Amino acid sequence: MQLVVISGKGGTGKTTVAASFAYLNKESIKVDCDVDASNLNIVLQGENIASSQFIGAKIAKIDKNKCIECGKCSEVCRFGAIKNNKIIELKCEGCAACKAVCPVDAITLEDEVTGETIITKTDAGILSRAEMVVGAEGSGKLVTEVRKNAMEYRKNNELMILDGTPGIGCAVMASITGCDVALIVIEPTQSGLNDFKRILSLIDHFGVKPLACINKYDINEDMTLEIQKYCENESVEVLGKIPFDPIVQKAVNELKPVICYEDSIAGKEIKNIWENIYKKYKEGIL
Amino acid sequence: MKIAVLSGKGGTGKTTISTNLAKAMGWNYVDCDVEEPNGFIFLNPKVIKTEQVSIPVPEIDPSKCIGCQKCVNICQFNALAWANKDVLLFDKLCHGCGACSLVCGYGAISEVDREIGHIDVGNDEQITCMRGTLNIGEPMAVPIIRDLKKMIGNEKTIIDCSPGSTCSVVAAIEGVDYAVLVTEPTAFGLHDLKIAIELVRTMNIPFGIIINRGSHEKDLIEEHCEKEKINIIGKVMFDKDVAVLYSKGKLLVEHEKYKELFLHIGKKVEGEIACSLL
Repeated sequence: MQLVVISGKGGTGKTTVAASFAYLNKESIKVDCDVDASNLNIVLQGENIASSQFIGAKIAKIDKNKCIECGKCSEVCRFGAIKNNKIIELKCEGCAACKAVCPVDAITLEDEVTGETIITKTDAGILSRAEMVVGAEGSGKLVTEVRKNAMEYRKNNELMILDGTPGIGCAVMASITGCDVALIVIEPTQSGLNDFKRILSLIDHFGVKPLACINKYDINEDMTLEIQKYCENESVEVLGKIPFDPIVQKAVNELKPVICYEDSIAGKEIKNIWENIYKKYKEGIL
Repeated sequence: MKIAVLSGKGGTGKTTISTNLAKAMGWNYVDCDVEEPNGFIFLNPKVIKTEQVSIPVPEIDPSKCIGCQKCVNICQFNALAWANKDVLLFDKLCHGCGACSLVCGYGAISEVDREIGHIDVGNDEQITCMRGTLNIGEPMAVPIIRDLKKMIGNEKTIIDCSPGSTCSVVAAIEGVDYAVLVTEPTAFGLHDLKIAIELVRTMNIPFGIIINRGSHEKDLIEEHCEKEKINIIGKVMFDKDVAVLYSKGKLLVEHEKYKELFLHIGKKVEGEIACSLL
């Protein structure tokens, strides 16, 4: 089973939940799909055992010696990436339109390194992750690569736990496609409900089974009820309600998964949620 | 005058800071977090206009296509494929760059608009608010952000960005006069803040930091900023009341103490921008 922890929005507690799951099932393979702000390794720590550069895009280069400054390239560039016969790298999408119109073959497309993929051996098992080059594009491709790397370490069809990306764009799609189950972490706020509705449509779109849990449910119990009702109508099972717990902040600062704190009420609920998922998995329901 | 609010990490309070700053200072507000635009929940403007956002995608006329496959070969995004003696289009992969129609020597490719989202324009009592919304199942946010940016006038405008430091954020902060980096005093916050700092420095944008959910003690963000000589322009204390107000979709500046805080932060931002122009 591939289980992705997702939220629509950032900061709802995805990593807190995913890191705890990782500890509760150490033999599972962990994947951090949040390639532009990868945090799972900060909690799980460990040692990097492999890494490689990832070429995820192309970028145009102009050979100054050949360029006759006719300006045709900047005329066709729809991304505003060519000014005064120079490429603005952050804006170039590597589409090759400029190359196609250059009368003197002064433009080439070169491979661009968009990130580094890393395998980290942690106390809680193997973690596949990446660090994206700041401002690079193609985060979806990098997520796909990180997931591919994880598969290499999956010898006996172990469980896979994926920490998803925020939003609903390309990186999120790359995080959830091909997963069996998506656990959506929802915050009981107006925007939390909004984001939940959007991510749920996306999950449905890709035929992934949705499950839900509400984090910090007691900061707004009316909203929690509204979300529960919404889930019921949409036939999404709510596996648990995690209470607001100051120990979570402490856990983040001490870089330990919250389930390691015995007196943490949030930790206890996360453990319940995990056991519920694991039971369903063993029974073949998930 | 454009001011971007970004964070590296999600959930740090970008939308809280941007909507409250906009309201306190009377600045226009633009929500560029098109994957999850939430600013309107708090500002609640009256929407007066909605515009579709489209990108041009190729349409192939089979009666003119001779099957040379030049279009398939030039497409860098695998949006065109050759199958069964036909050119096949995967429209969601298309970036709308037009390279295919440029290389087609037979006039077989024309371009048609495909909708990927929309932009709402609304009015609050004093400010103009805009937001972009990406349709569900669409991978590319950047064209919507670009269209939004084109609609911004000369008035002071605050731009609420998406989390992270990807191409969407680059598109949102390109050409702004100042960047406000919102962070929280945790190891995650600092890790992601460093990435956001690298981004604004690469793009030569003057910036300052706002610490959200802070405490009266000196935290790891302050230590980092001191070492790196970065300006902290404001601090919003950790307060459960804030979380409760947020959860109800309420603005903080409706309360006197927060109104003052945001006015103070806003003036500091104005001062910083003035200094950066010297």
